[in-house]
Amino acid sequence: MSEKINVTLKVWRQNRGEKGQFKIYQAREIDTAASFLEMMDIVNEQLTLNGEEPIAFEDDCREGICGCCGAVVNGKTHGSHERTTLCQLHMRKFKNNDQIVIEPFRAKPFQVLKDLIVDRSGLDAIICEGGYVEVKTGNAPEAATTPIKRELAEASMDAAQCIGCGACVAACPNGSAMLFTAAKVSQYVLLPQGHPERTQRALNMVNKMDELGFGSCSNEYECTVACPKGIDVKNIARLNREFIKASLTSHS
Amino acid sequence: MKLDSKIPDGPIAEKWTSHKFNVKLVNPANKRKYSVIVVGTGLAGAAASATLAELGYIVEAFTYSDSPRRAHSIAAQGGINAAKNYPNDGDSIYRLFYDTVKGGDFRSREANVYRLAEVSNQIIDHCVAQGIPFAREYGGYLDNRSFGGAQVSRTFYARGQTGQQLLIGAYGALSKEIKKGGVTMHTRSEVVDVVVIDGQARGIISRNLVTGELTRHVADAVVLATGGYGNVFFLSTNAMNCNASAAWRAYKKGAAFANPCYTQIHPTCIPMHGDYQSKLTLMSESLRNDGRIWVPKAKGDNRPANEIPEDERDYYLERKYPSFGNLVPRDLASRNAKQVCDEGRGVGSTGNAVYLDFADAIERLGKDVIESKYGNLFEMYERITDEDPYVTPMRIFPAVHYTMGGLWVDYNLMTTLPGLYALGEVNFSDHGANRLGASALMQGLADGYFVLPSTINDYLASADIPKVGTDHEAFAEAEQAVQDRLDQLLAIKGTRTVDDFHRELGQLLWENCGMGRSEAGLKIALEKISQIREAFWKEVNVPGSADDLNQALEKANRVADFMEFAELMVKDALARAESCGGHFREESQTDEGEALRKDDEFAYVSAWEFNGLGKEPTLHKEELVFEEVKLSQRSYK
Repeated sequence: MSEKINVTLKVWRQNRGEKGQFKIYQAREIDTAASFLEMMDIVNEQLTLNGEEPIAFEDDCREGICGCCGAVVNGKTHGSHERTTLCQLHMRKFKNNDQIVIEPFRAKPFQVLKDLIVDRSGLDAIICEGGYVEVKTGNAPEAATTPIKRELAEASMDAAQCIGCGACVAACPNGSAMLFTAAKVSQYVLLPQGHPERTQRALNMVNKMDELGFGSCSNEYECTVACPKGIDVKNIARLNREFIKASLTSHS
Repeated sequence: MKLDSKIPDGPIAEKWTSHKFNVKLVNPANKRKYSVIVVGTGLAGAAASATLAELGYIVEAFTYSDSPRRAHSIAAQGGINAAKNYPNDGDSIYRLFYDTVKGGDFRSREANVYRLAEVSNQIIDHCVAQGIPFAREYGGYLDNRSFGGAQVSRTFYARGQTGQQLLIGAYGALSKEIKKGGVTMHTRSEVVDVVVIDGQARGIISRNLVTGELTRHVADAVVLATGGYGNVFFLSTNAMNCNASAAWRAYKKGAAFANPCYTQIHPTCIPMHGDYQSKLTLMSESLRNDGRIWVPKAKGDNRPANEIPEDERDYYLERKYPSFGNLVPRDLASRNAKQVCDEGRGVGSTGNAVYLDFADAIERLGKDVIESKYGNLFEMYERITDEDPYVTPMRIFPAVHYTMGGLWVDYNLMTTLPGLYALGEVNFSDHGANRLGASALMQGLADGYFVLPSTINDYLASADIPKVGTDHEAFAEAEQAVQDRLDQLLAIKGTRTVDDFHRELGQLLWENCGMGRSEAGLKIALEKISQIREAFWKEVNVPGSADDLNQALEKANRVADFMEFAELMVKDALARAESCGGHFREESQTDEGEALRKDDEFAYVSAWEFNGLGKEPTLHKEELVFEEVKLSQRSYK
C-alpha cells in the first residue's frame, strides 16, 4: 500500500550560458505510488504558485521508451532502479525524510540548456554518419527474399533496443559514446542488410564521436550498468573489431 | 467550402495504380526547385521527409523534441499489419481492406482503406531492407502473430517494441537525408502557426524552444504529421507533449476538421491511482488472450481479490458475449468495464478498475509459459503498481489511446486548404470510428513512404504557386499574432497552474464525452468548456518569459488550443446522434445495450469549417459510398 512521505530535493539549477548552483526544495506529502517525475510535477506546481520558475526537465512518453528523460539521482543515472529510465522510477524507492540530489547528465558534449535539460544532439550527429542502411523507398526486394538466422535477428534486436537517452555517456568517466555507437553498428553488422556499408559506417561514426568531444572507452563498464535497456558491452568489442578491420581495409 | 474527395474512378483494386498514372509529375531536374515543410518526425513525418528528399525535393523538417527519434510512434507495442499472407491462412489485400472497414464500424472511406491495404506489403519489404530486426522463426523467415479484429495472422512485430524499431528505421532514413543535405532538420522547434497566402498554405511560424525566438519558414507546400488530439483529455496513453496545436491552427486557417468526436478508448491500461497522476500506461491488448476479466457480483465488495470465492465473481464479458468472451473488440471491452464500475462494482482504491486475472492460465499452462509470453508486461505492471500479477490479478481500466478523427483530407491527403497535407494520425481517413490493433503503424508509414510522395507532385506541378519570401505581410501578421498570444499568456499571472486547468478540462470531457455520451451530458460539457476557457484566460499562471526555455509557456499555449478544440469535439459528438465504433451515444443503443448505428442518417464524414472565433462552425458532409463492403450491425454474442 502507498503512504505519504516528505523528501528534500537538492536540485541543480542553471540557465544557459550562466553558472549553475544547487537549490533546496521540500516535497511534502508525496504518495509513494507516484512516479519520480510526478513528484517533480508536484514540486513544480508549488514553485509556480509561489512565483518561482519551475525546474526544467525533459520527458515525453513516461513509459521508458522515448529516451527523453534522464537525470543523475543520488549519483546514479536514471536513479537507483536498475534497467529502467527515470520516468519508471517510483517514490516507493525512497524513505520519509530522504534527501535526493538531482543533477543533469554531465558530459563534455552535453551542454546544459536549462536546469536538468542537456543538449544531446551529438548523438544524432553520430547517427547521421551511417547509423542506417542506405536504401531508398521503393528499392526494397520482397521481404522474405533473405532468411536471417533467428539468433542473429535476436542479437541485432538486443542492440537495436537502445533508446538514445545518453545515460551511457553520462555514466562513463570519459564521457564516451562507445556503447551508443556500438549498439547501432552491431544492429547492422549482425544483419545481411547492413553489410555493404559496414566499413564506412564504423569509421565514420567513430570519427564523428571523437570529433564531437566524446571520450574514448577504457573498459570501466559503467555504461552497461547505467543503460536502461541493458545493452551489453560485448557490442563495444564488436565495434572495436569492426573499426580495426575497417581501418585496415579502407583506402581513404 | 466544397468537399471533393477526388476518389479515382474504376474498380477499387485499380484506383491507386491508375491514379498514380494520371497525376501530374515533376521532372527529376525540377524537383530541387520545390520546397516542402514537414511538421513532425514520427512514422509519417520522418518517412515523408526522407522519401521526399530522396526524390529531390528540398525538405525542412520540424520537431519540438530534442531529436526526431523521440516521437510518440516509438511507444507502439504490438505490431504492424500487412497482407503478405506468409502464414498461408487465407489473407489477402482484399481481406485486410475488408477487416479494416468493418473494424472502423463502416465510417471510413473505402478507396483510402483499400490503398492502405495495398501498400502494406511494400512497407514490410522496405522496413526489412532498412535492417529492422523483426521477429523471425527458426528457419530465418518472418514471424507473424494475430491481433484484435482479424481471423488471420498478419501482424509483423519486433518484440513488444515494434513502434520503436519502425521509428528508428524512419529516423535512420531521415538521418541519411540530413547528412546528404536534402533535409534541413529543426529540432526543439515548435510550429505555432500555419501561414496562408492567397488561399495557399505557404509556410509556418516556428518557435525555438531553447531561445524562444520566433522564425518564419516559407515553402511550396506544408505537410502536417503531428499526431492525434488524445491529450485533450489530460490523461491518456499519449506522451506528455502530444498536442493538437498545429492541426488546430490549420483548422483556423481554413482546413476542415473531420470527425473530432471519434476517440479510441483502449480497454487494457493501468488504472488511475491518484490526483497527481500525469499519464496512463497501456498494457498490450494481447493480455486478453489469456487473462479473464471480472468484478465482484456484489456492489462495494472490497475484499482482496483472492478472498472472493468463484461463485461471487462476475466474468461479465464471458457472461454477456459467450462466443467472443474476453476477446470482444476494444470499444465493447471498454464500455462494459465502465458499466460495471458505474454500478459500483469496480475494484481497487478508486473503484475505477476491473480485474484481469491470470490464475486460470497459470494453472493451465504453468507460470513459465505465461512468463515467456508476457514477462516484460508483467514487469512493467509491477514497476508501476508494486503488485505482482502472477499472484494478484492485474487491475485495468480503459484509457484514451488514439484519435480516429483529424484534418479532413482528399485521396491525395491534401486538406481543404490548398498546399496543406495531413499524414498519419492527424488525418481522418482510414480508421473510421474505431481503429484495429496494428493499423496505426501501417497507416503512418503508408502515408509517409508511399502515398504523399506519389500525390504531392500533382499539386506542385499543376498549381500556380507564386514566389514569395518570409518578408510577405502574411508572415509578419502571423508572427505578431503568435507573439501577442504568448505575451497575453505570460501577462495573466493568475492563481492557477496550466495543469490545473488542463486536468479540469480533461475530467469534464472524460465524464461527458468519453466512453458514453448523452445529449444532456454533452450540453453540460459545452457550457462548462466555455466557462473553463474563460477562467483560463483570467486565472492561469504562466511563470518565466517568452525569450527563454519555458516549458510552462509551451504547455499553456497548447492547452489554450485544447480549450477551443474541446468545444468542436463535443459539438461533433452532439451532432452525431448515432453510436458507431468508439462513439457511443447513450440514446442510440440496441435493446441489448449495444451500439446502434444509423446508416440512413449518418453514413457520412463530418467536416467542420471554421467561421471565426465565437461563431458557429459549419458542418459539411462527405457522404460515404460503400461499393464493396456490405453495411451490417456488428454482433459478438
